[in-house]
Amino acid sequence: MKVDASLDLAGVACPINFVMAKLKLEELDPGQVLEVMVDDGAPCRNVPRSLAADGHAVLTVEEADGRWRILVRRGVGPCP
Amino acid sequence: MSRFSQAEIVRYSRQMLLPGVGGAGQAKLRDAKVLIVGAGGLGSPAALYLAAAGVGRIGLADSDRVDLSNLQRQILHRSADLGRPKAESGRETLLALNPGIEVTAHVGRLTPANALDIIGQYDVVIDGVDNFGSRYLLNDCCRLAGIPLVEGSVLRFDGMLFTILPATGPCYRCVFPEPPPPGVVPTCREAGVLGPVPGVIGCLQALETLKLILGIGRVLSGRILFYDGLNADFREAPARRASACLCQTLASLADRPEYQAQEACPTEEDSEGRC
Repeated sequence: MKVDASLDLAGVACPINFVMAKLKLEELDPGQVLEVMVDDGAPCRNVPRSLAADGHAVLTVEEADGRWRILVRRGVGPCP
Repeated sequence: MSRFSQAEIVRYSRQMLLPGVGGAGQAKLRDAKVLIVGAGGLGSPAALYLAAAGVGRIGLADSDRVDLSNLQRQILHRSADLGRPKAESGRETLLALNPGIEVTAHVGRLTPANALDIIGQYDVVIDGVDNFGSRYLLNDCCRLAGIPLVEGSVLRFDGMLFTILPATGPCYRCVFPEPPPPGVVPTCREAGVLGPVPGVIGCLQALETLKLILGIGRVLSGRILFYDGLNADFREAPARRASACLCQTLASLADRPEYQAQEACPTEEDSEGRC
């Protein structure tokens, strides 16, 4: 899977982590893939859900060394 | 990582979360210029919410000074501000709330001679004045300048609100073709007003303004919202563009007699009889 941009959100609490991911996705083109690293607990549950609700495609949510790696493809519509 | 500092991301996070806002919407707010005419009961809450939302440039126009009788509802001002020009007192309050914006104090009255110059510097105008003359002047200036005007007025326990889009109207004159004769409609000074009533209407004016800037939702154009605070009741009435209205032919700003109309705030009865 080609990753177009990465964002390390370790230590960033909800919902600021999601807002930062949302802002990063706005910089990408529709169809491009963003890799986001978030903490265990609330972030790994909330961030993928919020990304999906915003119209993006969550491709992967996987644990890696106590943290979580999310791959998300930017939706095609306007990125609100 | 982005166009915003980490502090800005945190400050505006609760609205950046929203569909239709995000980073692109926040950038629109940062680039927007809003003029609030009247730093009183309506202008206070409107200005506070626009400043809090990060509207990048706010103009506050008012010719009055802070009076003790203002403080019951004009929440931009504090007891320590008594005697200061309201535009300057309000500017200080807004910058204390959000130092990341610019606020310009226009101390003095809007007149046919200066209004177009001042209004032309802004993208949206909020009407928070307390007299009919200024309402007609603002209406005509915004029409000529092609700038949306968010109308609001209050008296006693009642308020009303509508948004005037320059291209489609209807304008203030379409709804109220001429000011009422002097003395027919009482003023807030004579009839009183309960502070949260302009608070409600001023907040709604701020929301209409944010929607206009962001390009989201449906603004209150072609309809008038009436608020009966005593009975906690909102009602809506349609408003139509009047074919014979001056707004259809207005080409320049003459010194019209309506601009001299005295202080007053329309009541629901008054406005319904006219629309």
